[in-house]
Amino acid sequence: MSLIRKPLNRRSILRAGAMGGAALATPTIFTSGAWSAGYLNEPTGAEVVLGFNVPQTGAYADEGADELRAYQLAVKHLNGEGDGGLLNTFSSKVLQGGVNGKKVAYVTGDTQTKSDAARASAKRMIEKDGAVMITGGSSSGVAIAVQSLCQEAGVIFMAGLTHSNDTTGKDKRKNGFRHFFNTEMSGAALAPVLKNNYGTDRKAYHLTADYTWGWSQEESIKKYTEDMGWETTAAVRTPLGAGDFSQYITPVLNSGADVLVLNHYGKDMVNSLTQAVQFGLRDKQVDGKDFVIVVPLYSRLMAQGAGENVKGIFGSTNWHWSLQDEGSKAFVKSFGQEYGFPPSQAAHTCYVQTLLYADAAQRAGTFDPCAIAAALEGFEFDGMGNGPTLYRADDHQCFKDVLVVKGKENPTSQFDLLEVVEVTPRSQVEYPAEMLGGELGTCNNGA
Amino acid sequence: MDVILLQLLNGLDKGGAYALIALGLTLIFGTLGVVNFAHGALFMLGAFCAVTFNKLLSLEVVTTDPTQTTAWGSPMEIRTPYVEAFLGDFGTWMLNYSVPMSILLAIPVMLLVGFIMERGLIKHFYKRAHADQILVTFGLAIVLQEVIKAIYGANPIPQPAPELVRGAADIGAAFGFDPGVIVYPYWRMVYLAFAGLVIGAVFAFLQFTTFGMVVRAGMADRDTVGLLGINIERRFTVVFAIAAVVAGLAGVMYTPILPPDYHMGMDFLVLSFVVVVVGGMGSLPGAVLAGFLLGILQSFASMNEVKAILPGIDQIIIYLVAVVILLVRPRGLMGRKGVMES
Repeated sequence: MSLIRKPLNRRSILRAGAMGGAALATPTIFTSGAWSAGYLNEPTGAEVVLGFNVPQTGAYADEGADELRAYQLAVKHLNGEGDGGLLNTFSSKVLQGGVNGKKVAYVTGDTQTKSDAARASAKRMIEKDGAVMITGGSSSGVAIAVQSLCQEAGVIFMAGLTHSNDTTGKDKRKNGFRHFFNTEMSGAALAPVLKNNYGTDRKAYHLTADYTWGWSQEESIKKYTEDMGWETTAAVRTPLGAGDFSQYITPVLNSGADVLVLNHYGKDMVNSLTQAVQFGLRDKQVDGKDFVIVVPLYSRLMAQGAGENVKGIFGSTNWHWSLQDEGSKAFVKSFGQEYGFPPSQAAHTCYVQTLLYADAAQRAGTFDPCAIAAALEGFEFDGMGNGPTLYRADDHQCFKDVLVVKGKENPTSQFDLLEVVEVTPRSQVEYPAEMLGGELGTCNNGA
Repeated sequence: MDVILLQLLNGLDKGGAYALIALGLTLIFGTLGVVNFAHGALFMLGAFCAVTFNKLLSLEVVTTDPTQTTAWGSPMEIRTPYVEAFLGDFGTWMLNYSVPMSILLAIPVMLLVGFIMERGLIKHFYKRAHADQILVTFGLAIVLQEVIKAIYGANPIPQPAPELVRGAADIGAAFGFDPGVIVYPYWRMVYLAFAGLVIGAVFAFLQFTTFGMVVRAGMADRDTVGLLGINIERRFTVVFAIAAVVAGLAGVMYTPILPPDYHMGMDFLVLSFVVVVVGGMGSLPGAVLAGFLLGILQSFASMNEVKAILPGIDQIIIYLVAVVILLVRPRGLMGRKGVMES
């Protein structure tokens, strides 16, 4: 007996191919039972899956690697392993190994610091891996794009390192939450320190990375420095990843400005600061005043890249490993013992966001994103390294103390590059939620 | 006036880097007829020779101080570079001059890299279409940069210039301008002089040596040189290696200006190709002239006064000039008839 009952012809092959293609092309989100329960990706087994979406390749790969280390440590602690880290100092005590009786598992994605790649990897983690929450960052453009995707899909987005006002301003979403501070807070914290150190009669020249974060940073610093009497001589936009900034730095020399504000981050900041120092700006005097450079957003990883050029330069940061509160000490100890070096601010915010999500889920008794959002809104907590903190319900922005730091003159190790010169109290960096615009909209649980 | 002078100086050192990379590209194209998209990666590899040399010199003796602990409870490590521990002040001097000294490492390494690249890969694509050459060399560039990223990470690694040339010179004050208005970093002057020296050496090598004469003859008519019993292929392999060394040295000396990272080669590659096209495919003087010309134009286009009239001009000036020059002089500034025209 022949196994082939009908002879194969072009028509049957095409028909079979079309049917197979249609089956494969059907998004698994329709076929996996993801929506069979009350909300998207409701965990039915013994595990709950979190999606860690960080830059594993590209310009922010080192920062992404540190974020991933922090996420892995957080999962370990949530599952009751290791020394518990910040769970020991966190004011909420509902987490006791696992979340809602489930073990925490995770999948990772590579954002490549590109919005389209980040959205694709987040989509894959939601649709294929069943992630109930996406977290990550290292660029505001990426964070805003992924936040929007999570809102549409119906999962929670816990932002990692994203500093633009827009993330919890005009682009805020009901499903998105940010622990990291923003440019408005940087301006509010930094301006008084600049005033005390450099006076009120200054002329500032801004070099600004030409994308959402750079614009936001420039606007905030200009607002606060102009309010205290500084004049803005010029604000020049520089292309992202310009490499050689010399052609943008030389016009500063004869602009009459006595302050250079570098609204740059990552590689751009390393390059522009290095070159500004090479052009003798730190040795320059204008009308009897020492020329100074300000870097509004600092990170230790960037400071390592810029080397000794950061010495004496003021900036702001979300958190620093040298803080001496019990929470910070516990986290540094836990992270340092695991990896052999202190965590970056990116690692800290990512770790904290994971714990905050897990805590909210435990308090809500479910992984339903809308119940978790409700549990996070207006949540006040302490013991996470930044003092008493509020997750404001109106814009899903955390309000906490902000650090003003300065490049250390005599570092004692390769990690000891920044010193905290002021812990700006939360009350000084608070602002009305409506000031930055945007609408949260309604929660989407994907059902 | 002071602004114009400053941008001119800026353009010169940037032009120096473009010219050095474009010179190597043109050498390879002119001799082997290969469009080498991995040339930017050679610039980056040169820069990482400087990083490697510095890391070798900075290898440390690690001891622990039990009386002090880190923030995470481990004993505090005390690190002293071996060269300082064993050689004292001379070791400190070596660390200070690690960038110029790394040329000693870069030359043999880049020669070897160039030789392996040409013999191992490029030679198999001599008779293939330019599109194939572009694809394979571009792929190679991506592989090389990913290897560097895997070893050194993605963040820039600063390489300080020697202390003696770390500051900036107040050039304007010497010419009657206000002090502090026309200042220029010493190292950029060193770079400019170095670029001039290397360009001069390459031209002298091609012009005044027998080897150079054979290479020039081969560039003009490869078949006839072959008929004379000269193994032109072997000489072209050497030329490829020399081009790799030129790109590598450009990278080494650029590290104090731009802290190297794995992507720096790509940043320069596209601009350098535009330089080659504007200068004229296969023309060595054209590559050098176009390198400096485009570097200077790019600097001028970044002036606030220019951008106030033409916003965004700094981003497109090089391509705009390329379009204009190719419309007016399709062979580029100094291109020869018959090159890339068949």
